[in-house]
Amino acid sequence: MTKIIDALVIGGGPAGLAAAISLKKNGIDKILVVEREDSLGGILLQCIHNGFGLHRFKEELTGPEYAEKYIEMLEGTDIETMTGTCAIDIVNEKDGKTVYLMSEKSGLIEAKTKVVILAMGCRERNRGNIAIPGTRPAGIMTAGLAQKFVNRYGYMPGKEVVILGSGDIGLIMARRMTWEGAKVKAVVELQPYPGGLNRNIVQCLNDYNIPLYLSHTITAIRGNSRITEVDIAPINEYKEPKKSETFTLTCDSLLLSVGLLPENELSQIAGVILDKVTGGPLIDSNYMTNIPGVFACGNVLHVHDLVDWVSEESEATAKAAAEYIKHQTIQKSKIPVRVGNLVRYALPTVLEPGKPGLISLRVIAPAENATLYAKVDDEIIYKKAHKKIFPSEMQRIEIKKVPENAKMIHVYLE
Amino acid sequence: MKNDYQVIIIGCGVVGAAIARELSRFDVKVAILEKEADVSFGTSKANSGIIHAGFHSTKGTLMAKFVVPGNRKFDRLCEELEFPFERRGELMVAFDENELRILQTYHKMGLDNHVPYMELLGKERVLEMEPNVNPEVEGALYAPTAGIICPYEYCFALTSNARENGVELFLNKKVSWIGKQGNGKFEIETEDGSRFTSDFIVNAAGLYSDEIAKFVGITNFKIVPRKGEEYLLDRRVGTLIKRVIFPCPTSNSKGMLVIPTVDGPVMVGPTAMDTEDKNDWATTRDGLKEVFTQAQKMVPGIRTSDIITSFVGLRPAAVGNNGDFIIGTTTVSGFINAAGIQSPGLTASPAIAEHIREVLNKEGVKMELKRDFKPKRKIAIRVRHLLEKRDYSEYGNIVKNDKAYSKLVCRCENVTEAEIVAAIKEGHITLDGIKFATRAGTGRCQAGFCTSRVMEILHRETGIPFEQITKKGKGSEIAPYPIKKGDGK
Repeated sequence: MTKIIDALVIGGGPAGLAAAISLKKNGIDKILVVEREDSLGGILLQCIHNGFGLHRFKEELTGPEYAEKYIEMLEGTDIETMTGTCAIDIVNEKDGKTVYLMSEKSGLIEAKTKVVILAMGCRERNRGNIAIPGTRPAGIMTAGLAQKFVNRYGYMPGKEVVILGSGDIGLIMARRMTWEGAKVKAVVELQPYPGGLNRNIVQCLNDYNIPLYLSHTITAIRGNSRITEVDIAPINEYKEPKKSETFTLTCDSLLLSVGLLPENELSQIAGVILDKVTGGPLIDSNYMTNIPGVFACGNVLHVHDLVDWVSEESEATAKAAAEYIKHQTIQKSKIPVRVGNLVRYALPTVLEPGKPGLISLRVIAPAENATLYAKVDDEIIYKKAHKKIFPSEMQRIEIKKVPENAKMIHVYLE
Repeated sequence: MKNDYQVIIIGCGVVGAAIARELSRFDVKVAILEKEADVSFGTSKANSGIIHAGFHSTKGTLMAKFVVPGNRKFDRLCEELEFPFERRGELMVAFDENELRILQTYHKMGLDNHVPYMELLGKERVLEMEPNVNPEVEGALYAPTAGIICPYEYCFALTSNARENGVELFLNKKVSWIGKQGNGKFEIETEDGSRFTSDFIVNAAGLYSDEIAKFVGITNFKIVPRKGEEYLLDRRVGTLIKRVIFPCPTSNSKGMLVIPTVDGPVMVGPTAMDTEDKNDWATTRDGLKEVFTQAQKMVPGIRTSDIITSFVGLRPAAVGNNGDFIIGTTTVSGFINAAGIQSPGLTASPAIAEHIREVLNKEGVKMELKRDFKPKRKIAIRVRHLLEKRDYSEYGNIVKNDKAYSKLVCRCENVTEAEIVAAIKEGHITLDGIKFATRAGTGRCQAGFCTSRVMEILHRETGIPFEQITKKGKGSEIAPYPIKKGDGK
């Protein structure tokens, strides 16, 4: 089966939904959204806690409620959606792209499209990525998988829980599993500061007296059929465990919340170049990758902490993609954005003179009484003082108009 | 009579499975008893997957007797059973004068064992063949007949073909007692209360072969597990080397190797540590360090950040027999050992199987070839192989016939629902079993995405309640507690 369309959005989560709706608003005709799961909404569907939409909708929504708002908007349009459908290959051709889709209902589909918007989101880092020594029993899983079991299937993976990593999903699950009667014995974090948002530390751990062990790690996992216990040890300045201070906790499950990775296997097949720091595609200020007509937004681009910014970023991406479809608009002049002191990454890595710009960034480590700067050549164009600034919180710098004759933009923390 | 067989094989690792498949060619009534929830779940699944050329084994041992003939049988086995097998060759690399002398010793051992086509290579040739080997290499012993396979796919292929040819497989049957009846038949009881009878027992129980032997009063050997940690690396590293790279061996092990796998990723390991504990399946910090220090010495481009997963294998090394294989008849009539099969047991397995068949024949089991023997295994469609080619016409045709081949379940390894269902129908009903049979969950995300989807399919196809679905058998349930409505807040 062949489909001829103007825009293909890969992923029906918050990024894909917002991008598709925005494409329509910007006058694009034939839009197809493909989603590998059986329903639209992406990871939001299993995030039944609230806190979504404060910026976007000025109200506190649950994940499914936030998704529903976009699904409703989409249903009011003629945007085509295909669930149970996976994009497996993107071939870049002279007059567009051919994307191969595997669809549960329709089999193999060859989609010929003018643009592709990558919105595949991210996945969780797992045990292999961090190489915890020990056995390989049941009961060890990522916090997101545990969340899926509890919230979507109605099954608890365990009753005595240890959580490694203090990412937001881990924190949310500490509270969620406590509510379902589990005993969460510890949240263990390698870094000297938490990985997740401060509000989640307070609302998910402190309110339930769940201990958070900073600068600690798990040094052993025991149990053959099912996990029975873990060893936890503080670490020294070389990140090596201090053996003498090791203690053991019994448990029947270990959840991992050790970070998220943009899911870019498909992008790589297509030839998209990735940024080594974010793990997402390198983009210009139009969110276009190195392949003309292939755009990226949301967590596939870089991991966000708030879905509100995912939606916003995706709309901006769609707007640029629509311009590309209509006028083959591509960014002509590129001014590099360089990261300086204490900034881990800034995105995009280039801006366009004479146009507004939005830089998203994260700092390397927490800092107090620090000021975030953006400088065009020698002129400071942005300055914001922070009492506290955390790597877990994405920072955004809006630039009204990038100066025409700028040579370089520099962002740094002091 | 129910559960009565001519031959019962205890243990369905590669040795038991190879024997079963060999016997399935003949008109013999055979059953296999496996204590785990799936075949190969003991030592075999953690094997390095190397089909050795055979220069490591000392002349005069059973290892040396079976390794080269075993190696030779793999071409035909692979053709019949279509498991992945590639003759990549192996290189034992030397970094100084002393090690160069060790190469000579092994070259000589190889010649004694009739290993064909071996060559001693100089530095330039080694680096020409494997440009990513440490440039400080001084020379290597090269054996082109060495190969790589996937050990559990080999075991699955053997078992599946044996079953197609009439062998019966019983899973979750841990032997708890063996006795002899008045008519000379063995009576075997398993932990779940099942009873089996047979004229012959082949003891292929791996780590537990000493305990099985003890049931019939044989106590002249003991299995002391030799633990090996292995680390599986990202596909990126797969491009670094083509052949199996060995260091010069130490007294108790072949040393830490860099091993290409048939599925792409490279493996490094294994360590070699004697342990008293047959349940010591834990990787360690020290093991990781040891493996990477050695592996990086040989191939400096390897990084710990490439680790996808790690695991432990326990080699069933026999004490009281110089560590050699224990194969053949025993003081108990009808009880035949295929025990203490550690490295190079995988390589030797087809030759051991043939030998056991001859032993049984000598002991009185009539071996008449089956007229309707089916040497070819029914081959499952592997969507990932079709997609790798990026040619979609063949795949499109398959999907036209069966839409289940277009429902992707594991997105990292491109495994479809149809493949999962096929594996379940083959008898793989644990998540690990399905993983080994289909590769679902072996990729970069390590089953973060597909676990719940595979569980849904398992539940639908087998009726096993969701909360009773296990990783690798009873006690390893994935999500054991249904949340009752009204519980919690």
